[in-house]
Amino acid sequence: MSLTLLNVIVAVVIAIAFAAANAAYLVWAERRGAARIQRRPGPNINGPFGLLQPPLDGIKLMTKQLMIPGGADKILFMVAPVLAMAPAIMSFVTIPFSQGIAAHNMEIGVLMIFAFASMGAMATLFAGWGSRNKYAVMASVRAVSQNVSYEIPMLITAITVVMATGSMDLKTISLAQAGGFWHWNIFPSLHSPLMPISFIIFFICSLAETNRAPFDLGEAESELVAGFHTEYGSMGFGLFFMGEYANIVVGASLTTILFLGGWDCPFGIFPGVWWFLLKIYILIATFIWIRWTFPRTTIYGLLNLSWKILIPISLFNLLLTAGLLKVF
Amino acid sequence: MNPSMAITEAPGLFTADGLTGLIFLVMMAVTLIGGIISCCAERLVRAVAGLIVCFIGVAALYYFLNSPFVAMMQMLIYVGAVCITIAFAIMLAAPEENKKNGPAGPLSGPLGFITAGLITIGLIVMAMRAKFTSLPKVNDGTMKEMGIQLLTSYSMVFELISIVLLIAIIGALVLARAGRSK
Repeated sequence: MSLTLLNVIVAVVIAIAFAAANAAYLVWAERRGAARIQRRPGPNINGPFGLLQPPLDGIKLMTKQLMIPGGADKILFMVAPVLAMAPAIMSFVTIPFSQGIAAHNMEIGVLMIFAFASMGAMATLFAGWGSRNKYAVMASVRAVSQNVSYEIPMLITAITVVMATGSMDLKTISLAQAGGFWHWNIFPSLHSPLMPISFIIFFICSLAETNRAPFDLGEAESELVAGFHTEYGSMGFGLFFMGEYANIVVGASLTTILFLGGWDCPFGIFPGVWWFLLKIYILIATFIWIRWTFPRTTIYGLLNLSWKILIPISLFNLLLTAGLLKVF
Repeated sequence: MNPSMAITEAPGLFTADGLTGLIFLVMMAVTLIGGIISCCAERLVRAVAGLIVCFIGVAALYYFLNSPFVAMMQMLIYVGAVCITIAFAIMLAAPEENKKNGPAGPLSGPLGFITAGLITIGLIVMAMRAKFTSLPKVNDGTMKEMGIQLLTSYSMVFELISIVLLIAIIGALVLARAGRSK
């Protein structure tokens, strides 16, 4: 029994370390990627390729003063950055990296990740309301309406995959896709011809759920100063930043497991954790690429895209997949 | 911890059972504290925050009752949807913060305490007198079993709930339309 307890503790520590390391180094990757797209060097002075930049940034942020604006709701103001980071770390507990590497495999893994992801909106809400700043409030209202409306098509596409696999266990879903890319859920002739579109919908939704450009209406700096974290300085701001990147890793992992076969090799040889990592980092690179390529949309365009396009298509695919599963 | 096992003596704190019990007590405390915060908070947003804490505690208790599915649904629906909607309503209504209620009557405090005390004592007496027997396990509480039960034995309840939700949606649409034409 104590061995299981030790296992759990070690696994949880590794999950936290993985989330934090990714959050720190994806900031560096984002800045380098942005610089590359904008034809400038980016942070390249500290260490080889600028790899020492994230720890130095952390030290810089921690030495700054954390100011709480007068009239702010102190408790909510302090709780919000923690709430931004904690659900992402909780999600790592159930994500399987390969057949043997998972902190705690749950039968309802998909549901658990969505349950914790839905808490992320609370962080934005509390940050915005607690700051007592009109830009922050407007930004958090925007961000939450966006999160709520994109959660629906995301859940519907996830349900489509769960229905096709017959399980909510992330490990079972991955194993069901083993044996080459033609077994992956994204492949159109497997479950439903609309599956590639479902994948694109899921990807768009994970962009929107993590508040990434072109859907970063919550931090539109040209209209709302800095959005919901306008009043945050020091590590409070740092935590929001790290939470965003940890959420991106969760989103990419979930996309990989649901649609891209998890740790399966596209050609059916040497499946393992390296394929999983390769796939999530390709997806994250796409996230960064999209951010620095497309301009920000408007809030109405954003909500219309979800309610008028993504939800009907994903519902149609749900019905189609259900029908095809029943017939064949 | 095996729930059907009769506990004859308190387990040590640093055994697995002891730690589980400790976490259970902490989650009970979280639920109660969340409830107290949401009742006593002067700012509405803090009341919602207390409600969220309370819901998370309840979800943890469901987890202890060996039904992770219900626990996660509690998180997804109550924390992720209901509380967000309430918070949204608060933001849209923009209440005056630190608003006190009007002067209460001289008897309202004592009467409230007496009522609460009577109910608490009654519940305690009931709990102490009741003979707890372990019921046979209906099913293993997995998602599949629940789905089958919901669509066979309890399909009437299930459909009625969906009708309630449909009525709520129609009501919301009617209200929103009336607001738009103004």
